[in-house]
Amino acid sequence: MLRRTLAIVIKEFRHIQRDPRSLAVMFLIPVVQLVLLGYAATTDVQYLPIGVVDYDHSLPSRSLLNAYRASDYFTIAAYLPDESALRSEVDRGKLRGGIIIPAGYGRDLEKTGKAQVGFVVDGSDPSIAQTAFSAAQAVGQAKSAEVVRQRLHIASEAEPGIDVRARVWYNPEMRSQNFMIPGLIGTVLTLITMLMTALAIVREREWGTIEQLVVTPVKPLELVVGKVIPYIFIAFWDLIEILVIGVWWFKVPIRGSVPLLLQLSALYLMTSLALGLLISSVANTQQEAMFLSYFILLPSIFLSGFFFPVEAMPKALQLVSDLVPLKYVLIIVRGVILKGVGLPDLQGPVLAVTLFGIVLLLVAAARFRKQGI
Amino acid sequence: MVRSMNDLMDDAGFAVIVEGLTKKFGDFTAVDDIAFHVLRGEIFGFLGPNGSGKTTTIRMLLGLLMPTEGQMTVLDFQVPGQAEQVRLRCGYMSQKFSLYEDLTVAENLRFFGRVYGVPPRRLRRRSREIIVMAGLAGRGNELTRNLSGGWRQRLALGAAILHDPDILFLDEPTAGVDPVSRRQFWDLLYTLADQGKTIFVTTHYMDEAENCHRLAFIHRGRIVATGSPQTLKQTQMSGEVLEIEVDCPEEALRSLKTDPTFTEVALYGRRLHVVVPEAVGARAQIQHLLGAVGVSVSRMVVIPPSLEDVFIARVR
Repeated sequence: MLRRTLAIVIKEFRHIQRDPRSLAVMFLIPVVQLVLLGYAATTDVQYLPIGVVDYDHSLPSRSLLNAYRASDYFTIAAYLPDESALRSEVDRGKLRGGIIIPAGYGRDLEKTGKAQVGFVVDGSDPSIAQTAFSAAQAVGQAKSAEVVRQRLHIASEAEPGIDVRARVWYNPEMRSQNFMIPGLIGTVLTLITMLMTALAIVREREWGTIEQLVVTPVKPLELVVGKVIPYIFIAFWDLIEILVIGVWWFKVPIRGSVPLLLQLSALYLMTSLALGLLISSVANTQQEAMFLSYFILLPSIFLSGFFFPVEAMPKALQLVSDLVPLKYVLIIVRGVILKGVGLPDLQGPVLAVTLFGIVLLLVAAARFRKQGI
Repeated sequence: MVRSMNDLMDDAGFAVIVEGLTKKFGDFTAVDDIAFHVLRGEIFGFLGPNGSGKTTTIRMLLGLLMPTEGQMTVLDFQVPGQAEQVRLRCGYMSQKFSLYEDLTVAENLRFFGRVYGVPPRRLRRRSREIIVMAGLAGRGNELTRNLSGGWRQRLALGAAILHDPDILFLDEPTAGVDPVSRRQFWDLLYTLADQGKTIFVTTHYMDEAENCHRLAFIHRGRIVATGSPQTLKQTQMSGEVLEIEVDCPEEALRSLKTDPTFTEVALYGRRLHVVVPEAVGARAQIQHLLGAVGVSVSRMVVIPPSLEDVFIARVR
């Protein structure tokens, strides 16, 4: 039993070794994904270029602009004569928004303590617009509180009535990298193990070598285990690659236990390997296996909360997302890495991942028993 | 080279016994109630055109395909029930080349040896022997992908006999291989048969069928004749074969085909083979017919029938 399984493991490593392109892909996937998610897919808003249309040119208007400049959210990239000039700059994508200070702003503020300011945001990217909008309002409100205090002759150090002290836990700088990169562990594990396992088995069918294997004393279980082992190694290699680059380059903090993270990832492999086996029991060609893998992977990624929070989805989709194993893995991985939680706090998702793994493996085994390899 | 029937009977009896074997795929009957036996140590040829049920039969014998009906015994084991035991003692070459093209010659042999549980020391020795046997000495580290037809075929045979099986199932092993390589391949089969191995080989090459100790003709899922090539030629042919040389074979073919007394008229190069009930009377009839269409006969002789003549006569 062991000898035959080992023979298949050795052979499978040879196949991988003889196919340098797939080999490169398997080792580069984590790097490429890390760079993409770490840099490109960030939803953080920092130094958003905005334009200023100041019709007032007064001391208070300059003071307001300084407040905006002082926040890290915006950079004042241009002073424009009027709104149409601002619009054309936003149209051309040079600016992402603008502040319009009407004539008489300083005078109104002085006399009545009230004044209006316009703020426009390019809403093509809703999540950036959202953040920019809140930031603009926050800056405005802070300024306005200051104005009120001055009018009431209260020293600015004095306590305001209600002091809301917001504090962000786990990810105090609210960097999306800290959220994305741990999530990547779940998706890359799924991709490597599910797709590669499916391909490795379907390939034998495509080559016609399966016919030769079936007449040897190799049992289906030995074949499957032997084929899967090399990809488990690669999956863990990729996982460690992500952790190392994530910590060392992107400064993602790991607050929890790394051994726990590895153990729970191994638990999840049961599920993704079973999915790969199921795909291979349906697909006749490697191309079909690819399509099926993406057919499972893409909805999983969107429903798992990898990009968008599950809580923001419609009720019906939230129910569907309960059936996506990746969702629980992401909860586990983010929990361990960002929150530093241990097993007691992860009971629910760990149980879900275990159940998925057992059920899917049983289904895959039943399918293999029925149709043979 | 070919051993007598008596030699074969002295060996330990039957390697394969098949009775009432039928395989249906939906409405299509691929194998229709066939029965045959293979003696231990003989080269048994399963001869038939493509789609006649040869591969289906082999796959059932190996337990890869469930029969719809019938009994199969291979090396005294019941199939499909005891297929596991059979597989340990048999070698199989499927129709498609089934070694790993991205592994080297030596790696392929090592893999199949390990899978069959050949002990390491013995495996090293067997691998060396097989590499020499396949004519691949010094090329053990070459990728199998780079081998051409004949070498691949001999290597695949080598991988199938690595674990020293008692019986070999070869499914059209020489399809698409050049004549010289085919000859070499058959020489290897004789060597294996001399070592006492039973060989069950399917083919649609008539010349290869002549090399077998015994044959079964299969056509549309039915066995139409069995026996040694000599017996088949002597007993399975109703009538005689006349070989005719004429100046215009196409014209002669057309004219002879119109006469129902000639059960078979076929063109072999520039010569015609005509199967007739009785040669003496037919000669005059042929001369007459061909004279009427202006074809002159330069030679007309009775020849022993070829296997192809027998096969065609049997499937009519």
